[in-house]
Amino acid sequence: MPSPSPLQGPTKGAYKPPLMSASLPSPAAVDQFPHRNLLGIEGLSEAEITYLLERADIYVAQNRKVDKKLSVLRGRTQINLFFEASTRTRTSFELAGKRLGADVINMSVEGSSIKKGETLVDTAMTLNAMRPDVLVVRHPDSGAVALLAQKVDCAVINGGDGSHEHPTQALLDALTILRRKGRLGGLVVAICGDILHSRVARSNIQLLGIMGAQVRVVAPPTLLPPAADRLGVEVHHDMRQGLAGCDIVMMLRLQSERMHGAFVPSLREYFRFYGLDAEKLAAAKPDALVLHPGPMNRGVEIDTDLADDIDRSAIAEQVEMGVAVRMACLETLAARP
Amino acid sequence: MSTITAYINARLLDPATDTDAMGGLIVEDGVIAEMGANITAPKAAEVIDCGGKCLAPGLIDMRAFVGEPGFDHKETFATAGAAAAAGGITTLISQPQTDPIVDEPALAGFIARRARDTSAVNVKTMAAITKGLGGKEMTEMGLLAEAGAVAFTDGNRSVADAQVMRRALAYAANWDFLIVQYPEDPSLAADGCMNEGELSSRLGLAGIPVAAEVVIIERDLRLTALTGTRYHAAIVSTEDSVAAIRRAKANGVRATCAVAAHHFALNETEIGEYRTFAKTAPPLRSEPDRAAMVEGLADGAIDVIVSDHSPQDQETKRRPFATAEPGIAGLQTMLPLALELVHGGHISLLDLLAKMTINPARLLGLDAGTLAPGAPADLVLIELDVPWRLSESGLKSKSKNTPFDGRPVQGRVVHTVVGGKTVFDLTADHA
Repeated sequence: MPSPSPLQGPTKGAYKPPLMSASLPSPAAVDQFPHRNLLGIEGLSEAEITYLLERADIYVAQNRKVDKKLSVLRGRTQINLFFEASTRTRTSFELAGKRLGADVINMSVEGSSIKKGETLVDTAMTLNAMRPDVLVVRHPDSGAVALLAQKVDCAVINGGDGSHEHPTQALLDALTILRRKGRLGGLVVAICGDILHSRVARSNIQLLGIMGAQVRVVAPPTLLPPAADRLGVEVHHDMRQGLAGCDIVMMLRLQSERMHGAFVPSLREYFRFYGLDAEKLAAAKPDALVLHPGPMNRGVEIDTDLADDIDRSAIAEQVEMGVAVRMACLETLAARP
Repeated sequence: MSTITAYINARLLDPATDTDAMGGLIVEDGVIAEMGANITAPKAAEVIDCGGKCLAPGLIDMRAFVGEPGFDHKETFATAGAAAAAGGITTLISQPQTDPIVDEPALAGFIARRARDTSAVNVKTMAAITKGLGGKEMTEMGLLAEAGAVAFTDGNRSVADAQVMRRALAYAANWDFLIVQYPEDPSLAADGCMNEGELSSRLGLAGIPVAAEVVIIERDLRLTALTGTRYHAAIVSTEDSVAAIRRAKANGVRATCAVAAHHFALNETEIGEYRTFAKTAPPLRSEPDRAAMVEGLADGAIDVIVSDHSPQDQETKRRPFATAEPGIAGLQTMLPLALELVHGGHISLLDLLAKMTINPARLLGLDAGTLAPGAPADLVLIELDVPWRLSESGLKSKSKNTPFDGRPVQGRVVHTVVGGKTVFDLTADHA
């Protein structure tokens, strides 16, 4: 009899990783995850998300070994196609692909071909002709990754599209929470900050909702989408009320160009009312965990002491989970025959 | 030992409690302790016989420009305070278009302290909506409110950019702050210096069309409906503006507006042969517009009467009409001009007083504007029927720019009290 998944509902006792092998792609992958691409969390089922998290959990252990290299993706080509600057996400995907044995190419298209007038679809067709097995794509426009996916024959993983989705970030956040709290269902999660422009927030709202967590968003009205209350979340403008009794506090990054009057009057006013410090965090549960997708603006959205408090903050852990989650996604989509 | 004062034999007028009856008040340590028909003054009390005159809450003036800091030669908190006290005003709301502009929490704090130390009446400040009144980046409203700002306005400028206005309204909604808009589209107003119409055509002066005001108000009402914010048109002058606000209120939009005394007391013909004392912002309008102000006050479309006090020294008024500064020194003329509407049978005395007491108090969240026990003893004693003439020489303001010199009026402030302390007494003033 299979042991019950730790992701389904509250579990008592410590979290135990599932018994699966990291050495081979699961032959059941196509059944467990019947999608060609990972374009977003929206549309995934609870079981599919659970599957990806269980696979990722195995890779966490694998990545802590001295010899991290596997041959799951030997002979496969992975292209990281980034139309927007990124260091962490690109590095994380690159490392994930290399540890699985894939040949990884990074392409920064920021400005280059675009300046020459090549369209997104032209770029897609050019790359497709090089016969890659998986494309990891980040693009500043919402929906651009899905458009590109229609034009290529290989699997596509969304590495972040505009203000739409960033599915691997939501998965790594979920894995971080799961390993600390033993469950996702029933937790109260407050997502705080620039919800309006955040793809991380949209993916997390989707994922946490599917997994049965109760989601709140906390932001000034200028940083909320106009119909935030229709996204299945509780909307709060007051940070203390929004954090009251919550298990998880997810802070979002505030882009500097939005801090000087258009959306928020100033850094100091933002930090005063929406920056996470020990005093505001006191409203949350005593064991509440703090997450941040990075890179942090210390003193803007998060107090620097709090960010470094390993008992409260799982920010470094999130980065580690990121590599494992991306390995699970690459394996699931690219290791198919 | 506590100080007790009993005001007896008064016609008590308190719109907040719908009171219009003979009676008295007991004030203890600057706070109203008792109000009613049959009060008994304690033995230790100082007794003031009001002689049957009207005792009302001290007036609150939501729009008064005080020149401090930066324009001390036009007005200071001390001179504005003296003028306000003589006009029956016990709380005035200063405007942010000073130099420097009130867009910084530290400056809001400075004004509160400076006014407390030098002014006879209470002074609260509005702070800017946008930094430097530039109309682009919003100010630190949360921190400004903590420093004492009671509402937000760009003073004598409109927030013209619709997106900036929308975001400011949305941001203010966070704390339910009041956004106060000076409604005048800058591109339509451009170089205009008076109402656009027949008279401006004859005088050869560039006009400001009615539409300059109405387009901003109608746009803002849409944005206010979108954000759910409390919106207040700082000053309206046209029939169409009042109609738009009346309609929005009926649709549940949280909008209010104010009118300056000169906009229901005068029309554009006051300009005559280029009299700069009749140059105002917004301009004096046509007679139908003036009549619409009276109607709007009577039916409740207009919530508040303001002085729109704009002190201007001689140098800025003694210029060709087009280049003279607009504005009227209005602190001492607001009440007598408003009382004309009561004497003319347009509005009841209680309804009129509400627009200068409890209505602005509620909009700004002030603990004032009523005679109810527990409220601060900010009082005005009015001799309702006495005829007299307004005069330039009677103005206590540092600037004497008034078009009302010599105007016969009826009803006069005889005594003003702030926090239980007499700040104006007509008999002493004449002596």
